[in-house]
Formats: sequence, C-alpha cells, structure tokens
Amino acid sequence: MNGTASPAARKGFQAERFDFASFFFSGLTGLATLLILSILAVILINIAANGWSGLSWHFVSTIPKKDFFNPETTGVLPMIIGTTIRVFLMTIFVIPIGVITAVYLTEYASQKAPLTRIIRAAVNNLAAVPSIVFGLFGLGFFINFIGRNIDSLLNNPGPVWGQPALLWASLTLAVMTLPVVIVATEESLKAIPPGLREASLALGATKLETIVRIVLPQALPGIMTGGILAISRAAGEVAPILFTGVAYYMASLPHRLTDQFMDLGYHVFVLSTQSPNIEQTRPILYATVMVLLMLTFALNLVAILIRARMRKKLRALG
Amino acid sequence: MPEPLIQKIAVGSAAAAAAGSAGPLIEIENLSLHYGASRALKNIGLTMKEKLVTAFIGPSGCGKSTLLRCLNRMNDLIDGVRIEGEVKIGGCDIYGSDVDVIELRKRVGMVFQKSNPFPKSIYDNVAYGLRLQGVKRKSELDSIVEKSLRQAALWEEVKDRLHTSGLGLSGGQQQRLCIARAIAIQPEIILMDEPASALDPIATARIEELILELKKDFTIVIVTHNMQQAARVSDYTAFFYMGELIEFDRTASIFTNPRQKRTEDYVTGRFG
Repeated sequence: MNGTASPAARKGFQAERFDFASFFFSGLTGLATLLILSILAVILINIAANGWSGLSWHFVSTIPKKDFFNPETTGVLPMIIGTTIRVFLMTIFVIPIGVITAVYLTEYASQKAPLTRIIRAAVNNLAAVPSIVFGLFGLGFFINFIGRNIDSLLNNPGPVWGQPALLWASLTLAVMTLPVVIVATEESLKAIPPGLREASLALGATKLETIVRIVLPQALPGIMTGGILAISRAAGEVAPILFTGVAYYMASLPHRLTDQFMDLGYHVFVLSTQSPNIEQTRPILYATVMVLLMLTFALNLVAILIRARMRKKLRALG
Repeated sequence: MPEPLIQKIAVGSAAAAAAGSAGPLIEIENLSLHYGASRALKNIGLTMKEKLVTAFIGPSGCGKSTLLRCLNRMNDLIDGVRIEGEVKIGGCDIYGSDVDVIELRKRVGMVFQKSNPFPKSIYDNVAYGLRLQGVKRKSELDSIVEKSLRQAALWEEVKDRLHTSGLGLSGGQQQRLCIARAIAIQPEIILMDEPASALDPIATARIEELILELKKDFTIVIVTHNMQQAARVSDYTAFFYMGELIEFDRTASIFTNPRQKRTEDYVTGRFG
C-alpha cells in the first residue's frame, strides 16, 4: 500500500506528499471491520443482557414438563442433547463420504472428463440449495423411501424407520454439509506437494498406499477444517430437520436412532411463535438462544482443539 | 564405513545370466516420447552397464530428466504422455503389457531434484518402502534402517535422533535421507535427477562421494546440470540436445575428446 519510494539519496526519506489513496483504502477496510465487529457485538450483547437472567443450572439440566413456556419449570436439557447428538451423528456420516468423494475427484477422476465436471458442478450446486429443500428431500428420500422400505422388509406392524427420526435428520444434515467437506478436503489434497506422492510411488507404493499412508495423514487438518465448517453450519440449522426428526415436545430423552428429538434451534422458533404469554416467555427465549450460541461455540471448539492436536502431531512427527 | 554388499533381489532370468560381468543392464532402443503433440524425445538408443555411473547432461529442456523418468515409468503419471520404442532392464521390456510397475519401481529406485522426505520420522522415512513390502519385524527393520543410513553416510549424524522428523534435517542431510530411503528396498538401479542442484558446495561434495561409494552396489543413472559433477562421478556420459542423444561415450572422451561439435561447445561452456 506504500506509494512508490522516491530515490532516497537525493530527497532523504521524507514522504513527498500525503498518500491519499493509501489513507482512503486503509480507512475503508478499517471501517468495514468495525462495522462487522459492531454488528456481532450488538447481537451478542443483546442476547447476553436479556438472556443472562434466565440462565441457570436448573435451566440447562431440566427436562421440561409439557408447559415449557413457564420460566419456573422449564429447561433445555433435551434440546441440548438432541442438538449435540444430531451434530455428532452428522459429522460421522459426512466426513467419510465427503473425504472419499474428494479423494475420488482429486486423485482418481480424469480432470477433464465430463463426469468429473458434472460431479463438481453438482457439488457446487448442492451448496446453493436452500436448506428447506434438503428437509423435503430428507422426508421424501430417507423417510418415505428408505425408511418405509426398511419397515416393509422387516415386516414392522407400524412405522419404525419410516418416520421422522434422529438418524434421518442427521443424514439430511450430512447431505446438506457434504459440499463443505468435499471442497475443504479437495483443497487440502491439492496443497500436498506432488514430490511426496512421487517419492512414495517411486518406492513401489501403489496409488492407494500412497493416498492412505502419505496423502490423507497430511490432509487431515484440512479435512478437519471442513468438518468444523460443517458443524458450524449444521448446529444452528432448523429447516432440514423440520420434516425429518425434530419434535415439538418429548417427555423423555431420545435413546434410539429411530427416536425423534428436541432441538435448540427449533425450540427457539417454538418459544417465539407458540407462546401463549410472550412477556413471560421472553427471558426463556433469550436464554435458549444463548445456550444455542454457547453449544455451537463449544462444538466448534472441540473440533478446533482436535485439529490443533493433529497439526502439532504432524509437525512433530507423522 | 561401507557395509557389506546388500543381497540383490533376484533380477529377471536374463539378467541373472548376465550378472557378474559388467554386461548391459539398461538397454534403450529407438525410444520416442510425446507430450500431446510435441515430441520430447527422439529415437533415443542407449545402453548402460551394471555397477557404473552414467550421467545425462544437456541444456534445460533437452529431455534428460524425461528420459530418466522413463526408466522407472514415472512418466506414466503424466496425462497425455505417449512412449514408443523399448526400454529393457535386465533383458525385460519394462513397457511390456505384463510388467508390474510396482515391481519395476522397487527395482529401480529414484532420488529427486528437490529432496522430498516424508513428514515422518527419519526412521519411518527409511522404513517406508520396507513396510510397503510387508516387513514388520522390528529387528529386521532396525538393521536395514541402520544399514541404509550408513550406506547413505548419514548414520553418524542422525543415530541419536532417528525418531525425530526428517524435515528437521539440513538440505544435504535430507537428500541423503532420500538416498537412504531409496536404497533401503535394495533396488538394482538408482536414478538421480539432479540430486545436488539445490545444495551448497560442501553438501554437493558429500553427495558426490556417496555416489562413488554407492556404485559398488548399485547401477546409477544421474541427470546433472553441473558439468564438473558429471566429469567427477560418472563413467559414461550421454549428451542430449533438443530431445536427441547427440553423443554417448566414456566420460573422459566426452570431456576431453568429443566427436561432435555440439558436445564440445556444450562441455566447454560455449552454450547451454
């Protein structure tokens, strides 16, 4: 951003004139930063100021009775557990599928082949699909197609698999976050020096051995970044789970993959639209939003810590 | 310092018959290589003998590295490469339809221009090829790792930190680690693609000493930009220009009494 340096010998080091463009653009970037930070600060301060009073150990550790609009008896334990489990399950589904897809695209597929281009375009388009559409897809594909077929194969008298469930909601979220993991993994695979691959192949390794022993361990932190982005996106999503697994109210915690579950994000929606007494519910609403933010942050933190450990290990050895 | 000769893996039957004497180990016949529409190598014919060092010299882009990479089929990895002609190693055409490239690369090792140790420990770097071949016994791995590091003249420097990262070594040490890694799987031939071009003069001298040691056990083909290096380490030298083999002879003849004008111009530094 510095202006062109004038010959020092003749003119000394004093700036010849005020560099207006430099001043203007650094000011502009500063303002943009400030704007973003203040928006974030306003949101966080507003939530913290209003939610703090509602937050208590009782609140986060209680399974509420039917009337969860009452501040005295309500709690969000089932929602915390439901959201955590669905994010965890989603991660388990999305990472292997995403990584295998990315390995295929970067390592095996011919880069110019029409099929590769179609898959790449599909991945990019998948990222642009509105999340409610994923919800409908999950309902149509996972529940009505796969779930019901499992039921009829097992001769279940009523729907066991063919209804909204933790499993289907997690799978739907996994489909939604797949592009993030694929793109992040592809980028980290491409960043691995070709010399390492060549060295391995020249020692008589097959392509698969090279990928498993050299390429993937190196790409792990990048894959984790994809996982972190997927978790960030999925933790707060409500639309994809609306039709696929979330419940308005459940008296007990989910304990099977085929159970429905309560969810923090959806609960925020319920509290803000279904309450018979808005004034009474407001502190709970704010507190629930706060818990959702903290949970999202905590889930991210866990993933970031795992990645940091991997990086350290990679740097120290391999 | 050099360890007793490494037991050679059985070569093809034809080579086993020829082994012992300094018979031809690598025979290149009428080899042409195309990158898409352009022809990078033109009708190369060349024979290299066992336990000798052959140097490929020539200006940048003359095809010497490309030819080197034909010998362990590393060019297979590049899209759009087409190869005609024959390369025989130990009498067996390595471009034949029944050739297992993995087996070939176990027998024809390679050291690259830019040292490329794996981001693993020094030990794991050297043991990599052995583990690929299913060697699991720790005592066996230990002894081969030590032997290979000694042969690569690196043992004394790293014996106390075998389990630290190979990336923590200096450039010259890294390159010797790559040599140790290549010889650990006991190839017959070692291809070296400008192995010292990124090293300082002292590290370069060590690599050159090493090459002279290694040729007792291995057949070495080295690509180099450095004319003095070719003169110092090689027995035979091939001079390439624009994808053609201009002259191939004993190194002494190439440097003192070249038959071709272009060879003379190049080795005396008039172009290139």
